Amino acid sequence: MIFLSIIVDENTKVVVQGITGKQGSFHTQRMLSYGTKIVAGTSPGKGGSEILGIPIYDTIEEAVKESKANTSIIFVPAPFAADAVMEAAEANLSVIVCITEGIPVHDELKFYWKVKEKGAILVGPNCPGIISPGKTHVGIMPTHVFKRGNVGVVSRSGTLTYQISYNLTRLGIGQSTVIGIGGDRITGLSFVEVLEMFEKDEETEVVVMIGEIGGRDEEIAAEFIKDMSKPIVGYIAGLTAPPEKRMGHAGAIVEGGVGSAESKIAALKKSGVEVGKTPMEVAEIVARKMKR
Amino acid sequence: MRLLEYQAKQIFKNYGIPIPKGEVAKSIEEVEKIAEKFNGKVVLKAQVLVGGRGKSGGVRKATSVNEAKKIATELFGYNIKGHIVKKLLVEEMLEIKSEFYAGFTIDRSSKSIVAILSTMGGMDVEEVAAKYPQKIAKQKIDPRWGLWDYNLRNLLKNSSSPKELWSDLSDILRKLYNIMISYEAELVEINPLALTPQGLVAADARLNIDDNAIFRKKELFEMREITEESEIEKEAIKFGLNYVQLKGNVGIIANGAGMAMATMDLIKIMGGEPANFLDVGGGASKEVVEKAIEIITKSGVKSIFINIFGGITRCDEVAKGIVDALNRQKIGIPIIVRLSGTNEEEGKNILKKLKNIIVVNEMEEGAKIAVDLAR
Repeated sequence: MIFLSIIVDENTKVVVQGITGKQGSFHTQRMLSYGTKIVAGTSPGKGGSEILGIPIYDTIEEAVKESKANTSIIFVPAPFAADAVMEAAEANLSVIVCITEGIPVHDELKFYWKVKEKGAILVGPNCPGIISPGKTHVGIMPTHVFKRGNVGVVSRSGTLTYQISYNLTRLGIGQSTVIGIGGDRITGLSFVEVLEMFEKDEETEVVVMIGEIGGRDEEIAAEFIKDMSKPIVGYIAGLTAPPEKRMGHAGAIVEGGVGSAESKIAALKKSGVEVGKTPMEVAEIVARKMKR
Repeated sequence: MRLLEYQAKQIFKNYGIPIPKGEVAKSIEEVEKIAEKFNGKVVLKAQVLVGGRGKSGGVRKATSVNEAKKIATELFGYNIKGHIVKKLLVEEMLEIKSEFYAGFTIDRSSKSIVAILSTMGGMDVEEVAAKYPQKIAKQKIDPRWGLWDYNLRNLLKNSSSPKELWSDLSDILRKLYNIMISYEAELVEINPLALTPQGLVAADARLNIDDNAIFRKKELFEMREITEESEIEKEAIKFGLNYVQLKGNVGIIANGAGMAMATMDLIKIMGGEPANFLDVGGGASKEVVEKAIEIITKSGVKSIFINIFGGITRCDEVAKGIVDALNRQKIGIPIIVRLSGTNEEEGKNILKKLKNIIVVNEMEEGAKIAVDLAR
């Protein structure tokens, strides 16, 4: 990747898959007002027309050829979203951001490997997207809570990311890139992959990692963090969640004794990560780390 | 969606996996008829969707028809961890020589399907994994290429299964895998897979189907038994709310799953106990907010903390929902509201005029007040 910030920046050229839908058109408008370079949209059957001044194509293949888009964002409904991810991967897009919630897990297993084979980056599914404040926003985030700066944020939760970024911004601390990797069981990016990017990113000094119950991704990240030079501040949601109950996100479930918040917090602490008990405390810990 | 044992067994049977002879009974008369066919030597199994059913007394053996009837009398209406027994699966008693565990599940870390085989069946598989990890053989199945015979050979070899059973075990594993794929399951499991004089038999059956795939499995809707949820949870599902009942007395409404969990945790940190998880989702309408308040009030909480961080969700819309709830419902408990983000000022202005509403600026502050008022 030649991008300066991680994953996306002001040169990112975006194609919106499902641009004529309610969600697609609404968020296209919002991204445009933030300054995101949206160069094309797709909507099968509506090729040749335009929306918000953006040309619409029937296929991603055509959209990429005509517009030179390198990144896609997907607003296609769950039953068709896997097909949209496969199509984007096939068209050699380097970044695919999938906002859609509710995609069948067996579909996710298939497109996960398709995207890997193509060497692309998949953000999501079931995620709020990605923002590099002041540069570009490929997602559905409330952009006013962010400010350009040097803290990288990676999270499995949307609203909680906004909350913690808001707490940071209020303390005068800006963000380099904020990325929601998604709340599903199978996500394109793992914490480790994003931490690796933040470790190399010159704009990032401190990383905030927001995890939640379910799976072992945080525990695996904790192992990786042992070899990182940059300080990590953690937060894990779901200490009071009962086992074997799905807490909103498809991936937020403690199953067969795996995935508890206690286990994740313990693993992170063992790797020297300070874990905030509340969103506000996370921001305060970051503030202390930034002063050093 | 989790199927009941008898439903899963029917599917296993359709795929050619041997299951014990038996039938489902809804009354003592039906139990009697089925037990007579087996000369009274039957196992009675409560059909409820809870783990540890055997330990809770939900699986019982009878040696005569009269004993089967007596057990049935006890089991019908029996409460197993909050689930009332309405159906019994009455099956022939198997002569079991040894027990295996066989299953497939999705491995989140390796993004693959994983096959599991163990010669220590009949026990809780997590317990076996913790105590005797060498007794559990696993094979990752690449979801792109599916199950190959070498995957099964590795599994059989590594599980130290007796060679004379390799062929039969492979056959059952392949059928289980076919069920995993065609039903888009998260988990398919036989525990125990019993070795009897007649061969291998699935003495139990578990099939959990991915909720996100149910739209493609219309025929399963009919099988769906919403016994897993409480009455309030059922009502919440009807309105598209993500709701999970907990044991405390501070009600919670938040937007976003992570935020709702963080709010629960915060209530605990402040010394209280959360009564529920409730995520109104992104861009919630005032009707949804009103309904959420109604559902939570019904569950008998002492205070409600509404914690909204408005992105797509508009704070003024949430405020309107709160006003409607107060106008139309009798709410005798304090409501603490934190509104941040999109249209925050408009939302706060709407709430200013209301009594019994405490508006706060930070979620930490709101949680503390909600806990204090629930004491």
